[in-house]
Amino acid sequence: MKSTTALFIKKISKRNEPYVFLVLLGLCILIEIRSGQFFSSNNLVDIASALIVPGLFAIGAFLVIISGGIDVSFPALASLSVYATTKYLLDINYQGGVWAAILMALAIGALLGAFNGIFIGYFKLPALIVTLGSSSVFRGIMQGALNSRQLTIIPQGMRNWGTSSLFIARNPVSGLTSRMPVAFVVFLVVLLFVFFLMRYTMFGRSIYAIGGSELSAHSSGFNVVRTKIIMYTMVGMIASLAGVIRVCMMQQAHPTNMLGMEMNIIAGVVLGGTAITGGRGTLLGCMLGTLLIVIVENSLILLGIPTSWKSVFTGALIIIGTGVSSYQVILMNRIKKKNNPNKEAA
Amino acid sequence: MTNVAMNPAKKFQQIYRSDRHIWRLIIMILLWLTFMAITRFQRFYTLLNFQTMAAQFPEFGLMSLGVMICMITGGIDLSVVGVANLTSILMAYLLINLTTATSALPGFAIPLVFFLAILLGATFGLFNGLLISKFHIPPILATMGSGELFTGICLALTNGNAVSRFSRTYANTINNRIFDLIPVQLIIFIIMAFLIWFLLSKTVFGTKLYLLGTSEKAAKFSGLNNTVLLLKTYMLSSICAALGGMIMLANYNSARADYGTVYTLQCVLIVVLGGVNPIGGKGKISGVLLAIVLLRLLETGLNRFPNISSYYISLIWGSVLILVMVLNYFTEHKRTVSFKKSSIARRSK
Repeated sequence: MKSTTALFIKKISKRNEPYVFLVLLGLCILIEIRSGQFFSSNNLVDIASALIVPGLFAIGAFLVIISGGIDVSFPALASLSVYATTKYLLDINYQGGVWAAILMALAIGALLGAFNGIFIGYFKLPALIVTLGSSSVFRGIMQGALNSRQLTIIPQGMRNWGTSSLFIARNPVSGLTSRMPVAFVVFLVVLLFVFFLMRYTMFGRSIYAIGGSELSAHSSGFNVVRTKIIMYTMVGMIASLAGVIRVCMMQQAHPTNMLGMEMNIIAGVVLGGTAITGGRGTLLGCMLGTLLIVIVENSLILLGIPTSWKSVFTGALIIIGTGVSSYQVILMNRIKKKNNPNKEAA
Repeated sequence: MTNVAMNPAKKFQQIYRSDRHIWRLIIMILLWLTFMAITRFQRFYTLLNFQTMAAQFPEFGLMSLGVMICMITGGIDLSVVGVANLTSILMAYLLINLTTATSALPGFAIPLVFFLAILLGATFGLFNGLLISKFHIPPILATMGSGELFTGICLALTNGNAVSRFSRTYANTINNRIFDLIPVQLIIFIIMAFLIWFLLSKTVFGTKLYLLGTSEKAAKFSGLNNTVLLLKTYMLSSICAALGGMIMLANYNSARADYGTVYTLQCVLIVVLGGVNPIGGKGKISGVLLAIVLLRLLETGLNRFPNISSYYISLIWGSVLILVMVLNYFTEHKRTVSFKKSSIARRSK
């Protein structure tokens, strides 16, 4: 019995998630001690609702990074699809529910995602370059061709959906209330869907296989090109969904304020133990990492640290987080070398 | 068999084939220049216009040179803008202290700030290089994190406000034109570009960098000290970025944490368009220089058409990048018979 526990601890100590979880817990406790406000119901609900959009983006970025690529175009993609949707629905004076907006944004997102996927999958161009180029193209279409400007009025259906709530948490001490948006359910559904997909389907396993080694995946019979194109299409849809949710929650469509989020999202995903080289990582770790970034961004004020220090903390977090996990790999290799030098030489 | 016997068309084909990428960029520049000559000759072909362009591109041009060296070793530097801003803010504070009551600068001030900027750049680069070579953090993450950290320090120092109110002498000196013709910014850029060209193609250091980029393992087994090489690379890159920051300081006559945030990805774009392989080991400075010039010409040229939104530039820019990559795909496709296998092997390296 004892040996199994020891084995479990040994196994788990090699992964990144427990460390991220411990850091997360430490940070929460620190904030709680300093302010006494962290574990209040309304703050937790606030953090949950702040997690929705970055969380959805992170799921998309996670899929891409697992496959060995990297996507920097998702904020531009989401901005374009949600702006086009909102503008069109306003122009035809649409009065119905939010479904039309979501379906339309998903369709545009799929199209734009497939655009990425074809260049990365079929033409085998490096993902970083294609997505850099396509994010430039998407932004150009949005700001040039669609002549985008801030839309302060959004269609009725989207507005109602954005303000509707599952429940309202009320802080008994300060009397502040926070709404849990319905969009949180959407986030959970997407999360569960991707979890199931990555864990139990051939498609998910093929994404891991491609990230591990594209050549091996090809040799063992996975259709690399098709998997990549489908995956990028899916990522485009997830990002567009996040865009719609953001516009609904903010009650206005601002064309450029999502741009520039990509670095923090990727940082969160990598912090959670997803290898930037692909093939390794779990959705749980990805969510923990993203949560850590979201809490650092939203709760420093509760620690009495001015918000201008936010970037210092995120930057330090990325460096320390990735440094620790990289250093672990070096240490592990050294121990291996020491234990069986013959094997290493062979 | 001999070159003399070749007809001119074949000879041209040979020259074109010797370096397709460079020639493609040159053809694009020529096409654009011709187009501008036909449509907007009087407003584009003026001395002042070319002088303005030459004063504008060195700030991101220098940063692109930095990104290029890193990409040749198979890495990337996403911290260039952070380094540039942090340097320019620190130097702006120094300049405020040096400014005398009559709002002039002592004679040693400008050489001093440039010297310190280079030192600061080297320090930041050393930090990046240590993270990458000692802790083995993938370059994309290490520089992304340090870039965020540098920007964060800038924000914390300035609270997001612009730092100005130093003597105008600094900006006037840098914005000066030597012989009333060549902007000083351009001269700084040319010196750095020449230095990097010399390092890359005429010294052993350059050859080692290409080897490191081609295969880290091969470099190690050939007895190269990869750690020192990487440290030098990232130091050089950050020095370029710091100088870019000093030019930004002159062009805006102030320093701020969020100046030039678009340059990060723009630099990567330029470098890739210039024919540097992001996997490492391939690329020439001439291509990157052409890409910088092409970007500037496109942007300035487009501004001569007032009824076209300047936002179209990012659309054109992105399409040009993807187009060039697809063209490369097709030329490679023709050259290799068993393309699919080799390309998969190459990409899964």
